[in-house]
Amino acid sequence: MSKTSKIKLKNLKKSFGKKHVLTGLDLDVKKGESFVIIGGSGTGKSVLLKCILGLIQPDNGSIKIDGVEVSDTKERPYEKFGMLFQGGALFDSLPIWENVAFGLLHGNKMYKDEARILAIEKLESVGLGEDIADHMPSEMSGGMQKRISLARAIATNPEIIFFDEPTTGLDPIMADVINDLIKKCVKEIGATAISITHDMASAKKIGDRAGMLYEGKLIWTDNVKKLDKSGNEYVDQFVHGRAKGPIKWVVK
Amino acid sequence: MTNPFFIFLAALGRPVLGTFEFIGRPSYFAWQGLKGAFSRPIYFKMLRKQMIEIGYFSLPVVGMTALFSGMVLALQSYTGFSRFSAEGAVATVVVLSMTRELGPVLAGLMVAGRVGSSMAAEIGTMRVTEQIDALTTLSVNPVRYLITPRLVAGIIMMPFLVLIADIIGVMGGYFVSIYALDFNSTNYIKSTIQFLEPIDVISGLVKAAVFGFLISLMGCYHGFNSKGGAQGVGRAVINSVVSASILILISNYLVTEMFFTK
Repeated sequence: MSKTSKIKLKNLKKSFGKKHVLTGLDLDVKKGESFVIIGGSGTGKSVLLKCILGLIQPDNGSIKIDGVEVSDTKERPYEKFGMLFQGGALFDSLPIWENVAFGLLHGNKMYKDEARILAIEKLESVGLGEDIADHMPSEMSGGMQKRISLARAIATNPEIIFFDEPTTGLDPIMADVINDLIKKCVKEIGATAISITHDMASAKKIGDRAGMLYEGKLIWTDNVKKLDKSGNEYVDQFVHGRAKGPIKWVVK
Repeated sequence: MTNPFFIFLAALGRPVLGTFEFIGRPSYFAWQGLKGAFSRPIYFKMLRKQMIEIGYFSLPVVGMTALFSGMVLALQSYTGFSRFSAEGAVATVVVLSMTRELGPVLAGLMVAGRVGSSMAAEIGTMRVTEQIDALTTLSVNPVRYLITPRLVAGIIMMPFLVLIADIIGVMGGYFVSIYALDFNSTNYIKSTIQFLEPIDVISGLVKAAVFGFLISLMGCYHGFNSKGGAQGVGRAVINSVVSASILILISNYLVTEMFFTK
């Protein structure tokens, strides 16, 4: 891991009407680092990722990628990005290999034959065979779709990969398989990773450093190994899944 | 804000701004979509797919609609015109009605139901399942990839569909007139051609291109901006069909006035 900042956020703010989701968030992710963001539902984890990805425009604050300020525009260096969406977000109308090769075909302008070979290589790297390449995504199980989506996220060897709740909806064994694959793939291509998750086992496995998002800010960041003994009562409550504690869930 | 003047101003401003937004949003969306047709990258594979979807797969439904409309038109004209011994005008009425009005409008409404709804459902589902966000993260502009091909395909294919609908509709009228109403075949064909002018067909084809654009635009616009899961997609489908149908009827009048008002 380098000491150079890959992604640096400062005083990031985003509101939807009267709901203040991000209220001045600061984050510095180093090159080659795997950072995990934990936090309850509706605390703005996905909004944070979407702000970095340029899918949502922040109201205020700074987003620097490789030292370049990008917060004032929707343009992002997408050639550097890979993204694993929570639901997979695979294109229903395209066969699996074309889903994996999509960034290569349209972003990198690669020829179809070459892109197909690379897509099959990526599928193999996530434990899937060539035999599924011509099937449609809807024919696959949830776990397989997640793996295909992971293969798509790493297909262009991106410098930065985002993982949006990569293990949600999977059984514990498949979740662990996905965690191992994420760790392996990120290591292989030497990427910087930001993951958001509720799954503590996943956070501990894939992250180098973790941060807890609460009321629009990262209230705690440290080495992922310290998650269990953070000394922060909010983090302790969340990590151990206790109903009682400083975090109050409003039931409407 | 208790000042009555400001309250009045706010009450006036809200609907005005709302109207601007109502017109401005789809107009800007259309501009973004059409702009993509004049610069690279152009997704020819998507364009071809949409042209087949709109043109080829709509043929049966448009053909059936045109056939029975032509048939019923001949029958109605005959029974109506016979009251003042003007049965000879049936062929002319059928061909002018089909080319100027019924061909484009009925084809437009049928395609709005078939293609507009499918576009809204497909793009809406892509929106709620984050596939559109995925396109962006894969360095592909979703408007260029999804919207531009559909708008262009709608503009190109609708005139072809309407031309075929015109022919089938006139044929429907011909068959009823010859086999049910005992018209003379040669005379009927002669009357059909005699009063038909190129502007009658051209105006219908221009209408078709306008309708094709509006159908695709409404399908794409409502799908692209849908939110809220399955319910949101359902709403997008309804809005796309209703708004496209209304716009077809409004633009039909405007194009007719443009061509035929002296």
